Amino acid sequence: MNLLSNMLRFLSGDAQADRVVPPTGFTARLTVFASAAMAFLAVFALALSLATGRLADRWGDALAKSATIRISAPLDQMDAQLLAVTEILATTPGVKEARPLGEEEQRALLEPWFGPDLPLDRLPIPRLVEVIENDEGFDADGLRARLAGEAPGAILDDHARWREPLVKAATRLRSLGFVAIVLITTLAGVVITLAASAALSANEQVIRVLRLIGARDSYIAHAFVRRYTLRALGGSAVGTVLGALALFLLPSAGSEGGFLTGLGLQGWQWLWPLLIPPFAALVAFLATRQAALTTLQEKR
Amino acid sequence: MIELEQVAYGYGTGTLLSDVTLSLAQGSFHFLTGPSGAGKTTLMKLCYGELVAEQGSVALFGQNVRDMQRDDVAEVRRRIGVVHQDCQFLDHLSLAENIMLPLTVSGRALHDPSELQELLAWVGLQQQANAKPPELSGGERQRAALARAVIMSPDVILADEPTGNVDWEMSVRLLQLLVELNRMGKTVMIATHDMNLIRSAKSQVQARVLRISNHQVALAGANL
Repeated sequence: MNLLSNMLRFLSGDAQADRVVPPTGFTARLTVFASAAMAFLAVFALALSLATGRLADRWGDALAKSATIRISAPLDQMDAQLLAVTEILATTPGVKEARPLGEEEQRALLEPWFGPDLPLDRLPIPRLVEVIENDEGFDADGLRARLAGEAPGAILDDHARWREPLVKAATRLRSLGFVAIVLITTLAGVVITLAASAALSANEQVIRVLRLIGARDSYIAHAFVRRYTLRALGGSAVGTVLGALALFLLPSAGSEGGFLTGLGLQGWQWLWPLLIPPFAALVAFLATRQAALTTLQEKR
Repeated sequence: MIELEQVAYGYGTGTLLSDVTLSLAQGSFHFLTGPSGAGKTTLMKLCYGELVAEQGSVALFGQNVRDMQRDDVAEVRRRIGVVHQDCQFLDHLSLAENIMLPLTVSGRALHDPSELQELLAWVGLQQQANAKPPELSGGERQRAALARAVIMSPDVILADEPTGNVDWEMSVRLLQLLVELNRMGKTVMIATHDMNLIRSAKSQVQARVLRISNHQVALAGANL
């Protein structure tokens, strides 16, 4: 409650006290521009992080719960092996559902490569069985061993071979997004600290006058801190709006776009950028306060 | 109110002030004189806590400056009005805002807004209230500095060469204002090398003249 009232008092400010710091100067423009640029980049880093997170989840969930059994056998043995595989799967713990793909489904899978007139009944095309796992999942090694014994032409592909590197890559991308946000925040803090220090040095006369007439260091620091915090808040708000607008205007890749389709923000995720301006203001507050107190201490 | 006891101060390896003992009692009026570079400004700065004595002690309203924290110094400055030769204003604020600044930084306000008008009238700057400091003449800036120094109704006024940049007529005017303050019970010390100014004060006020010579402060003459 105390912190809240302090924050409100800080934001509401004192119109007279605010005027003691000269309103112009390159440090003012630098702070606003740096905050806007950092916020703009932060929106994209956030979007990248959230998108790769979604991608990792989607790939992980979609592929982890399904597997395929491919049966390669002479045509006269195909039905017998398919029956054997179906019976094995029916008694395998962890298998929720198993379904041989129909002729039309297999044709649809092969059509992009071989065209629409593929004579499936005359070609030795392997039969495919789609396996859906339940939450517990099945023992892949055990299932492979049973298939080898009872249906030698059946091979289990649980997608792990290519799913894992994809999920790993997406997870790393998500981590990189977070690292980018941390770096952007740190950089924003550094830039604002430098700007505030430069402003304090440039306003040595102001500090001397204020001290001469009995201003406490906390009063002087507060005047500078409030000015720079509000500048960072304003700059980052503009940067966030522009960043969000740029994301919103990204071309839609549709269902063919794969990865690109998920690059923007979705649903409630659009609320995340709203945190950027207050967070930037907090960074500016801490950075400027530290710079101001250090500078004033040195100027005793 | 302000007590200096065997104070020494120097810059680098050189000694500027040595074994200075001085007492500014309530309601007293002092002139501090001496050649340029003798240490008048340094002694003034010691008297309002901007500098800390290397040796000896400086007590402001009973507090030893050496033991003060920065906030204590700020608090003491509110009881000491300082007028500098170079004035020192915030150039982006109007004259009225500059004069009000001591009240602003201490979170106070005038009981009645007309008090500011009275103060401006006292120093003859009613017409310049909204002007920015760079737009004012030297004499106007000095009078504005004096108004700023007294707006908190301080106990002590320290004026460092207040007439250094103004003509004789304005010097006399400023002296009159400082004498008026002294008659109101304020302690006043003026650092100046202008002996004519000191002589002209003879008929107006009981003042003690202190002279800095050979790093030390001595009484140059009493009861002008």
